[in-house]
Amino acid sequence: MSKLIFEKSVKGARSFTLPGSDLPDRVPEEIPADFLREEDPLLPEVGEVEAVRHYTELSRKSYGVDSGFYPLGSCTMKYNPKINEWAARLPGFAGLHPYQPEETVQGALELMYELQRMLCEITGMDAFTLQPAAGAHGEMTGAMIIKAYHNSRGDTKRTKMIVPDSAHGTNPATANMLGYKVIEVKSDERGLVDVEDLRSLMSDEIAGLMLTNPNTLGLFEENIREIAEIVHAAGGLLYYDGANANAIIGIARPGDMGFDVCHLNLHKTFATPHGGGGPGSGPIGVKGFLVDFLPVPVIEKSGERYRLSYDRPRSIGKIHAFYGNFGVMVKAYAYIKALGNTGLKEVACNAVLNANYLRTMLAGSYDIPYNRLCKHEFVASARKQKKETGVTALDVAKGLIDRGFHPPTVYFPLIVEEALMIEPTETETRERLDAFVEALLEIDREARENPERLKEAPHKAVIRRPDETAAARNPVLKWEPGK
Amino acid sequence: MEIRENLYYSEDHEWVRVEGDLAYVGITDYAQHHLGDIVFVELPEIDSEYAAGDTIGVIESVKAVADMHTPVSGTVVEVNEALEQAPESLNKDPYGRHIAILRLSDPEELGNLMNAEQYTAFCEQAEE
Amino acid sequence: MNYVPNPPWVVREMLDTIGIKSMEDLFADIPEAVKLNRELNLPRPESEMELRRDLAALAARNLAADDRPCFLGAGAYDHYIPAVVEHLLLRSEFYTAYTPYQPELSQGILQSIFEYQTMIANLTGMDLANASMYDGGSALAEACALACDTTRRRKILLPETVHPAYRQVIQTYAMGGKMEIVPVPGDEGIADPEAVTSRIDKQTAAVVIQHPNFYGNLETELRRIEQAVHGAGGLLIMAVDPISLGLLKPPGEWGADIAVGEGQPLGNPLSFGGPYLGFFAATEKLMRRVPGRLVGETVDRDGNRAFVLTLQAREQHIRREKAGSNICSNEALCALAATIYLTVVGKEGLKEIARRCHGLACYARQQLEKAGLKLKYRKPFFKEFAVAIGDPQAANAALLKEGIIGGYELEGALLLAFTEKRTRAEIDRLVSVLGGIAHE
Repeated sequence: MSKLIFEKSVKGARSFTLPGSDLPDRVPEEIPADFLREEDPLLPEVGEVEAVRHYTELSRKSYGVDSGFYPLGSCTMKYNPKINEWAARLPGFAGLHPYQPEETVQGALELMYELQRMLCEITGMDAFTLQPAAGAHGEMTGAMIIKAYHNSRGDTKRTKMIVPDSAHGTNPATANMLGYKVIEVKSDERGLVDVEDLRSLMSDEIAGLMLTNPNTLGLFEENIREIAEIVHAAGGLLYYDGANANAIIGIARPGDMGFDVCHLNLHKTFATPHGGGGPGSGPIGVKGFLVDFLPVPVIEKSGERYRLSYDRPRSIGKIHAFYGNFGVMVKAYAYIKALGNTGLKEVACNAVLNANYLRTMLAGSYDIPYNRLCKHEFVASARKQKKETGVTALDVAKGLIDRGFHPPTVYFPLIVEEALMIEPTETETRERLDAFVEALLEIDREARENPERLKEAPHKAVIRRPDETAAARNPVLKWEPGK
Repeated sequence: MEIRENLYYSEDHEWVRVEGDLAYVGITDYAQHHLGDIVFVELPEIDSEYAAGDTIGVIESVKAVADMHTPVSGTVVEVNEALEQAPESLNKDPYGRHIAILRLSDPEELGNLMNAEQYTAFCEQAEE
Repeated sequence: MNYVPNPPWVVREMLDTIGIKSMEDLFADIPEAVKLNRELNLPRPESEMELRRDLAALAARNLAADDRPCFLGAGAYDHYIPAVVEHLLLRSEFYTAYTPYQPELSQGILQSIFEYQTMIANLTGMDLANASMYDGGSALAEACALACDTTRRRKILLPETVHPAYRQVIQTYAMGGKMEIVPVPGDEGIADPEAVTSRIDKQTAAVVIQHPNFYGNLETELRRIEQAVHGAGGLLIMAVDPISLGLLKPPGEWGADIAVGEGQPLGNPLSFGGPYLGFFAATEKLMRRVPGRLVGETVDRDGNRAFVLTLQAREQHIRREKAGSNICSNEALCALAATIYLTVVGKEGLKEIARRCHGLACYARQQLEKAGLKLKYRKPFFKEFAVAIGDPQAANAALLKEGIIGGYELEGALLLAFTEKRTRAEIDRLVSVLGGIAHE
């Protein structure tokens, strides 16, 4: 039974103290009585030792890349270099107030400016903003830029956005936030955008196409140039969802494929940690004709001096209170500097190598609906297991937990049944991959010999298949004393 | 999978039962089965007018969400408030739990819906 | 440096296993026309030693608020962070994990978020809180979008006393076409109550009140505004400073429907504006429309207490184009910092910190007035206020020369913030410089 910190609370227990006050006693206070809090907030009362033990215990009930293999598809769970953590915590970075005078933050502005330039080179775009705090935030910013562009031309009848049926849920949700009607383009039998379907959907009402390349099946959209021509010919713009950029950095660039706007996830491709759900960072790159629409402020360089410019009359405005997740930018900057001109290509090569190695090794026992050369990830399916033994993708996932692995992404993309979306990343050894294959083969055997055991898995975790239905029917979202 | 006689069915897997000028609308056994454990039902507002095919509510399960459409046009005269407390009853007894009652504005629309036999064939096709 | 572990001979064997000749062939599906086919124009790779030197040099070109007394606030605050917070955040099971999709492997993170939700709900006096959002500004924008969605109305009344950057963020979010921003003047340093009440109508989705507001002032007409907006069927959205809630009446008691704010003051470093966390709390009535992640308590198959991501049908990965928000991540690690911070300072500590901040601000006001300066607004404040000064830019330059990071420059005033880290001696230095300028 895991106790909450509130349940470890002892009235009066504490370690923290303030320094003694040297203020004169009779400083008049300012707050009218009816603005004061009457009842204390219910917060824990524990000493430092218990606090440390409590959160150490919680860390032991968590699993990160440092704990083991984490092949979560579309999430790029690569190793997070430790030197980057050190860098972001330097007082000269972590201790900067966002409104300090510009002359006192030149190092920070230079870092951001240089990071933008490096991202331009990596993606083939002309300018970047680092303001979006996450991939979905970047998508929203990108969609805003697309909308602002069309509006600036008086082209207001473009009310629809196209997304593939294999897209991440954020794509349609983003389009909806911007007031666009979402139109789905089908995938063809090879798992790629159906070019003829796309052609038939295009009109002067289409604002653009949001595309992940390689797509969520881990397949490169080979017709990308044709797709770009079709979208551009109809006056639409092409948006690059950078979720899968790890497959192509140093090999091919969205800018050269015809994309007009692109986002990158620094927390995927550029090795900044995911933090258990965040913070991430989702910078946006644009082609030259869209530069004016980038959010403010924009970092400018004149001579050797960097400044924040707010004087951008066509800008979409601000999307973050300050400049984005600077601490994350420091880590990505350090990562790119460490890998340099040759290392990034090595990343893509080895990420694709590892994915194809796993795909080859698993093809005999698991169905792989699009079984051909993949990029950084591929989608396997447990449909054979389900049909023959009743064991589902979820059961396979839970079986992997018992064998010491984090499961792959399950039930996505939606166009593959019983999907197991596997992304090994470049930072795994062959030995690790072999052990993972062995675990999946063992699960396949167990599915045939003892499916019930898999249905009851995991057996070695701290809990076992929590009741999500009860949680959603009668939500308990906070602790209350005596309940 | 249960399909009852004497109900009208839509292609969105909703049923309609007619009593005088009132239409009881709900979701079919097929629909509840495919949604899985239903955890929440958002009901329409009383006195709202809807055209056939309009979204009148939302049904949420743990892993899915579906719009509830009305297969017929009309004005909402009653909603099944018991579903707010016990959404799971839609899983247990989909034909016994209506979502709302509408006063029909165009009874002829019922002719556009399927009967039990047609709906059975429709579901079989959908399963293939 | 590189982090690719397989040596060339292993790579060779793996290529053989796949049945492919070379690394290049792994990209055979990419048309030649879009291949880069050249080296990236980036600097050569750096060793860890070089990297450390270069980054330290870059950091050294900045002036850290740690090194100088900092009176800057305006939405980001130089509060003390206990050593425990940073220490525990380096537990890499936390920071190298993804969003807790697999509850069996993520009970620690899920429980920490559940504790966070409880603390934020308790602090704000609201029924529930989500797992956190990007920052205070975007949380407020999401609150406005939720208000429009749930009331099916369009207008958001947005006083000028709300942080200007937050107002800009809301304005940008309004590009979706689902909300219309109605500005409200705040000439006296608070939202003009006449202007608010006269603008409220049947199309008003919500009134936004920041309290204490951007100028540090308490919104003393809050009660009246609350009654007016609720009387017209709209919502009250409050943006609050979490530290202030150790002392001030919480949004829940003011009748707020949604309470948001910048969580940075709770154990997160200034870090040049991010990563921070936006907290988001609401009434139970809005539970199924709240954006972002929510963690709930349940039981597992063996009856053990367990925590899971819940009410996921609200979210983009299920609702897709019908989702109210596209947000997927929370700022989990920042929320963890806030949770550990609130645990370590505890109930009494938070009250003392809030009191100390207020006491220092009151002392500074007293001393500034003694030195002949005046506050720009004559309103009660919490830990921040605007002092009238002819040339705020020159004043900041003079302060910097004396080794002090001054305030946020307003028109004819400096906005000064006082955290518990400031001392009487530092305030005396501040006053002596500003007083000197005033007498020039």
